[in-house]
Amino acid sequence: MLSYLPLLIIVLFGVGAFYASRARIGAAAEQPLPGLPGHYGWYGTLWTVVPATLVYAVWAVIDGQIIRGIVLSDYPGLSDAEATLLFVSIENAAAGVMTEDVPMASVELLRKLEHLSTAARFAVVTAVSVLGFFWGWRRIRPELTARDRVETALLVALFIASIIAILTTVGIVLSLVVETFRFFQLVSPFEFFFGLEWSPQIALREDQVAASGAFGAVPVFAGTLLITVIAMLVAGPIGLMSAIYLAEYAHPRVRAVIKPLLEILAGIPTVVYGFFAALVLAPSMRNLGVDLGLTISSESALAAGLIMGIMIIPFVSSLSDDIMTSVPMSLREGSYGLGATASETIKRVVLPAATPGIVGAFMLAISRAIGETMIVVMAAGLAANLTANPFEAVTTVTVQIATLLVGDHEFDSEKTMAAFALGLTLFFVTLALNVVALRVVQKYSERYD
Amino acid sequence: MVTTSVSSNPQPTLVARELSVFYGEKQAVFDVDLDIMPREVTAFIGPSGCGKSTLLRCFNRMNDLIEICRTTGSMLLDGHDIAGPDVDVVQLRSRIGMVFQKPNPFPKSVYDNVAYGPRLHGLAPSRSDLDELVETSLRRAGIWEEVKDRVDQPGTSLSGGQQQRLCIARAIAVRPDVLLMDEPCSALDPIATATIEELIDELRSEYTIIIVTHNMQQAARVSQKTAFLNLGRLIEFDETKKIFTNPSEQSTQDYITGRFG
Repeated sequence: MLSYLPLLIIVLFGVGAFYASRARIGAAAEQPLPGLPGHYGWYGTLWTVVPATLVYAVWAVIDGQIIRGIVLSDYPGLSDAEATLLFVSIENAAAGVMTEDVPMASVELLRKLEHLSTAARFAVVTAVSVLGFFWGWRRIRPELTARDRVETALLVALFIASIIAILTTVGIVLSLVVETFRFFQLVSPFEFFFGLEWSPQIALREDQVAASGAFGAVPVFAGTLLITVIAMLVAGPIGLMSAIYLAEYAHPRVRAVIKPLLEILAGIPTVVYGFFAALVLAPSMRNLGVDLGLTISSESALAAGLIMGIMIIPFVSSLSDDIMTSVPMSLREGSYGLGATASETIKRVVLPAATPGIVGAFMLAISRAIGETMIVVMAAGLAANLTANPFEAVTTVTVQIATLLVGDHEFDSEKTMAAFALGLTLFFVTLALNVVALRVVQKYSERYD
Repeated sequence: MVTTSVSSNPQPTLVARELSVFYGEKQAVFDVDLDIMPREVTAFIGPSGCGKSTLLRCFNRMNDLIEICRTTGSMLLDGHDIAGPDVDVVQLRSRIGMVFQKPNPFPKSVYDNVAYGPRLHGLAPSRSDLDELVETSLRRAGIWEEVKDRVDQPGTSLSGGQQQRLCIARAIAVRPDVLLMDEPCSALDPIATATIEELIDELRSEYTIIIVTHNMQQAARVSQKTAFLNLGRLIEFDETKKIFTNPSEQSTQDYITGRFG
């Protein structure tokens, strides 16, 4: 509780600085200023808030390390793991959780240091805030180009915001790369990329049979491909045709009803689709298969793919509809004026003009299908069969990642690291898909202005 | 109210009788009687919102595309009804071509733009027939020399005036009898406008042309007959020379001399 007090102080000082700075320039202003009074207010606020916040943040990051160093300096000669273990038990003892076998002197030291740190941080942050305020206050004169300064500060804030997303992506990819690299030291990349058997067993005992498992990723990727293809075979035609109906034929009132209804499909939680597929669709398909003399297992790629296709219909239809609606009316009139029928106009003018956007809609639907996990877990099963038969159970990359990481495992086993390798490979596959799609769109796009 | 046309030709190409157009409850065109003579340029002039574009779009039934639009009265093309519900609109539009206010080439190559109509109607059975038809149409639209080396490039890459001539070529490629032009020069610069006006004068030898224009000098330059419309009514329809020198109606004179509109 006490540790958040400095933040409260900063906010209060910031608000105060705004009004104080604005009042100061209001009193001094005779001629037109290079900024509105509000800009001077924000200028004061920035000087009061930003340096103090930075100090607070840096303090929060490094004080734990410093305290740990001081506490552990009483115990020279420990290995890293031992030091970590000892410090965690000291921390727990200080928090009042466990008191066995813990040197009380160190616990006391830790408590004392933590209190000291909190108090010192409060004092320092408050001081920086006050100093910042007076620094800004002194500089507020009619000559100060407050508008430019505030705009620059805003620009920097926007830049930082955009950098955060990029840095996060880079961080995610790096963590995947590091773990994947470690995985490939245990399992050869050749086996991973070309192996036809996937069974990442957990070794319950060291001497267990087949403890090492098999890490051939081909069946897993084949399963993803199979289910995605089935889903797109459902969603592509249905979505595109409903988009054509909505954009070109439907009366505006009909469109106003049907379009939101279709979009509801995208709002249903995937777990609901999943149990619909598992409990309703899959059993009825198996019964149908019995009647037709086909063997359809109760968990099948077909059931999962069909339901996933239904789920992503709105991604195709809604976006394609928006894109077709934005094709200029003048193009349609030109076509009708030459004696084309509605369907000829759609086929020869509207669809070609809308193709880049429609490809984009399909790409979004495909990435959604590839990333979908829950439906597959429930409807397609976990068995990594290498098959093109949609009536058999298959599994997908995302499902395997989820099952590999769920539960209590060491995080340095082949099993968990395999998840990172799968994730990284999937990342590159979808990246390649997007790049290819972009190229296709650029090459075949017909421009209209 | 409505004057009869002064005509030396025996048979009018297009005839409108008591033609009225409604947008929902609102009436946009009131009881227009009009005879359009073959191989002539007829200009529709009048202030904005007077119904001249709406009237023009009756003749190729483009108003059918607007859901709330309703037309009453009769229209004949060469003596055959074109206003009834049983009329084959596809057939009609292949006989009455249209050029729009803003050049609207399809986002396809120059060649495919011109070949669009012939392909729809199966006018050119072989590739060489189609090549010939495309070239003839582009020549007639006076743009062949400028585009013959780049018929594979997108029509949208041409300049505004070229785009409009491409649209004219596209319209005449289906061999229509009548060309409707809805303010074809309003989006063009003066030089491109002059080119199009010359082209219209040449096309007159083969096509019956109706042109809607805001520009009275243009009407005076390119047309033989002029119809003046105001508030949805046909006020006066006569030889262009007479309309611009000695109109019978006071409101025509007022509009021509720039007193309103």
